[in-house]
Amino acid sequence: MKPEVETSGVKEVAWWEHAIRFVFGGAISVGAGLVGHHWGPAVGGLFIAFPSILPASLTLVRRHDGKRKAIEDAQGARFGAIGQAAFASSALAMTCAGWPPALVLALATLAWCATSSALWAIVYGRK
Amino acid sequence: MAVDLVVRFLLGGTIVTLFALIGELVKPKTFAGLFGSAPSVAIVSLTLAFEKHGRAHVAEETRTMLLGALGLLAYCAICVVIARKEKAIWIGAVMAWALWACVAFGAFAAARAIGAPL
Repeated sequence: MKPEVETSGVKEVAWWEHAIRFVFGGAISVGAGLVGHHWGPAVGGLFIAFPSILPASLTLVRRHDGKRKAIEDAQGARFGAIGQAAFASSALAMTCAGWPPALVLALATLAWCATSSALWAIVYGRK
Repeated sequence: MAVDLVVRFLLGGTIVTLFALIGELVKPKTFAGLFGSAPSVAIVSLTLAFEKHGRAHVAEETRTMLLGALGLLAYCAICVVIARKEKAIWIGAVMAWALWACVAFGAFAAARAIGAPL
């Protein structure tokens, strides 16, 4: 099994469903910022790994594609979660090493992508 | 402060929507699911933290982000179970936030108790 691009799924999603995700994502970002502001960066850091996309995504996938696809979506999300640990640890290492912020965030995002994708390939790539 | 919150809201909403859009553009669904756990809030928060507070602050946030990611993994695992049920998935996904909090804060408390540098 190999990942592929498929544009048909995007056309099924209504504008208001995108709007819900936008508002949801924005609200959680604000919430994480407020938590950090009040309780400091240690507690704030917990919340930057808060599940922000998945609740809306699963609901939409269930609505458009059915239960089986929603299960598969959630199964894939586990690898993204492990990838977030790769994001955090690489960002920490690069930040402490004094690298420029833009490079830190870009490479940490790549680390997330590479780790998540590699895990997916190990589990599902041969099916 | 108000400007900061507006910027956070707009950036956060944009990045979350972008990752969700990428998830809709790829298949199979197991691969698309990766983007349901993309580090969208982290990208926004750390960008602003670098700008406003500097490296030490970012380093502290990324340390505990590791513990939050543990909570996220538990959350995703329970969502697989929730997705198998017939009831409205969004109710279960929202209630599962409590599991995220238990795991994330539990790990935080345990790390503090053993004297980890957090």
